[in-house]
Amino acid sequence: MRATVLVRPKQGILDPQGDAVRESLRHLGFAVGGTRIGRVVDLEVDGGDAAAVRAEVERMCEQLLANPLIESYEIELVG
Amino acid sequence: MIRPEPRPTIAVVVFPGSNDDRDAAWALRALGADARLVWHAEEALPADTGAVVLPGGFSYGDYLRCGAIARFSPVMRTVAAFAAEGGPVLGICNGFQILCEAGLLPGVLRPNASLSFVCRDVSLRVERSAPPFTSRCEPGQRLVIPVKHGEGCWYAPPELVDELDAAGQIVLRYERGENPNGATADVAGVANDHGNVTGLMPHPEHAVDPMLGSGDGALILASLVDAARERSRTPIPV
Repeated sequence: MRATVLVRPKQGILDPQGDAVRESLRHLGFAVGGTRIGRVVDLEVDGGDAAAVRAEVERMCEQLLANPLIESYEIELVG
Repeated sequence: MIRPEPRPTIAVVVFPGSNDDRDAAWALRALGADARLVWHAEEALPADTGAVVLPGGFSYGDYLRCGAIARFSPVMRTVAAFAAEGGPVLGICNGFQILCEAGLLPGVLRPNASLSFVCRDVSLRVERSAPPFTSRCEPGQRLVIPVKHGEGCWYAPPELVDELDAAGQIVLRYERGENPNGATADVAGVANDHGNVTGLMPHPEHAVDPMLGSGDGALILASLVDAARERSRTPIPV
């Protein structure tokens, strides 16, 4: 089964990378407001049981993929 | 007859991507310690280890988040056990990031607010003057020590910062107007609740000889050497 994890900086956490990209977009003439940058992690996980895979990926997020102090995450399962 | 002071063993952990390990070992040796480089894949520290230093660098290429992967190195289990029994552990720069990711220190290090890598001397104020890291400093003493990092913006939620402040866990602050990275409450160094684990963004190992601009870092590292010596004198309860 494939899983996609979206990791985002939590609201209120300074995201200088997002700010820099927003400024660049504005220089290009795009009217953008808030710009936040996170990361995408695509995973192939053994097992066909969606609930079990989701629980497994949640443990991955808690232990390594996200830092709960500053980041939130979402898990999408595919196939 | 005057006996020379014993040279306590201080383990300097080398992660893949560490680059200040040799500077740290050199500085600690110059200040009277027997510094030993310990590869991260080791599961044990030298038997008579009196203190541990996690040096600066870019462990695992800073992939994912700075320090996030290094904290799973085999040696880190031993470092955590050493810290749990009161052993002094100092994390410098990347070492600070690793200790935060490992949950041994509060907060987390984020990219500098300016998004620029900073490499310069900064003025610091000693907020906590106590063993094992700042016993040789006066409270409020001003130190000049260089920083060099891209991700040194220490962050913790405001209520946690207040708690740490009240508990005396803020060890060093950037002086007013000197904050090089946007760190919350100007925090440059923070300790755990027992005070035996500390992380700093500034590099004391690069400031142990006035000929190189400042000798102030020697106050911090010599405090650590004192603590390591003290620990090696005290038998550890089995």
